[in-house]
Amino acid sequence: MTNFLVKGLWKENPIFRLVLGICPTLAVTTQAINGVGMGLATTVVLVCSNLVISALRKFIPPRVRIPSFIVIIASFVSIVNMIMEGFYFELHKELGLFIPLIVVNCIILGRAEAFASRNPVLSSLADGLGMGIGFTLSLIVLGSIREILGAGTILGVSLFGEGYLPFLIMILPPGAFISLGLLLGLMNRISKERSN
Amino acid sequence: MGEIFILFFSAILVNNFVLSRFLGICPYLGVSRRVEMAVGMSMAVVFVMTLASLVTWLVYNFILLPFNLLYLYIVAFILVIATLVQLVEMVIQKVSPTIYQALGIYLPLITTNCAVLGVAFLNIQEGYGLLKTTIHGLGAGVGFGLAIVLFAGIRERLELADIGDAMKGTAIGLVVAGLLSLAFMGFRGLF
Repeated sequence: MTNFLVKGLWKENPIFRLVLGICPTLAVTTQAINGVGMGLATTVVLVCSNLVISALRKFIPPRVRIPSFIVIIASFVSIVNMIMEGFYFELHKELGLFIPLIVVNCIILGRAEAFASRNPVLSSLADGLGMGIGFTLSLIVLGSIREILGAGTILGVSLFGEGYLPFLIMILPPGAFISLGLLLGLMNRISKERSN
Repeated sequence: MGEIFILFFSAILVNNFVLSRFLGICPYLGVSRRVEMAVGMSMAVVFVMTLASLVTWLVYNFILLPFNLLYLYIVAFILVIATLVQLVEMVIQKVSPTIYQALGIYLPLITTNCAVLGVAFLNIQEGYGLLKTTIHGLGAGVGFGLAIVLFAGIRERLELADIGDAMKGTAIGLVVAGLLSLAFMGFRGLF
């Protein structure tokens, strides 16, 4: 059980190892706090949809499984979207389009198809939670790097004082692509050295 | 007329879906190893995005709005798009086997392309009318196509370049995408 939980953190980390769910990763990580919000919203959907799909796996006919999964996922996304709009209006506005777009996040459909539709409820829950936490942590890492370099702050707290000239490109779209590319390279390097 | 023109070109160049809105990155990285593949994918995307914009607008304004079902818009849109893609696939298969052979394998992938769902949400958010919605869908599709074909061209060259092991593949691809995005930022002053 713990194995299912921890594999999402490093070995099968959705962003750095599997390169899934890149659109929200690049779009929302201009600040660390957005990464937290997006990560938690995705985790909730992932855990709930994994749970329901795993519980229903014997009743869903194989031929219509993908549409069924999509409907289940879309229902949870609607719930999360409404809750966030109601209680965390500012964060919801900041994340904008990408909350409803959790529906087409490849991580969620990927876990449904590859794991939840074949495994019992508890392992699917652990799998969803592990993947969700791995996704959230990756978003926080990327968000922190971009926020520190691009604005000189972390979680809104100024780090370097008045004289710091922010590296503005990091919070613009090109910075997102370049910093994720370099991070991926770094992760490849680390995992190669660990396996040697 | 001028407004429509600006909407179309700003969807292609200024607010490029891949390089400045971060939509559709998965197929952008996945289906860009060869230029021919990228061209096939972008034709399929242009077609589906234009059609999806039109149909989701009709569903929103003639079904969800009058029946007070707005809370269902996420479920409704994804189902409409999935059905539409399936339908387009069947029609193309019957009508033109040649086009089907060229686009066939890309069509199922489009259902989970967030650019298609994204353009549908954006149209509603911006409150576009029917004509603007269709033009915006078309422009967004062409913009996606432009970005992916350019990227595929660069990637074909990258295959031959001498790159360190750790940066090979997706890692260097993302850095290149960043440089492309930097270049596209130059269009920002255009309109």
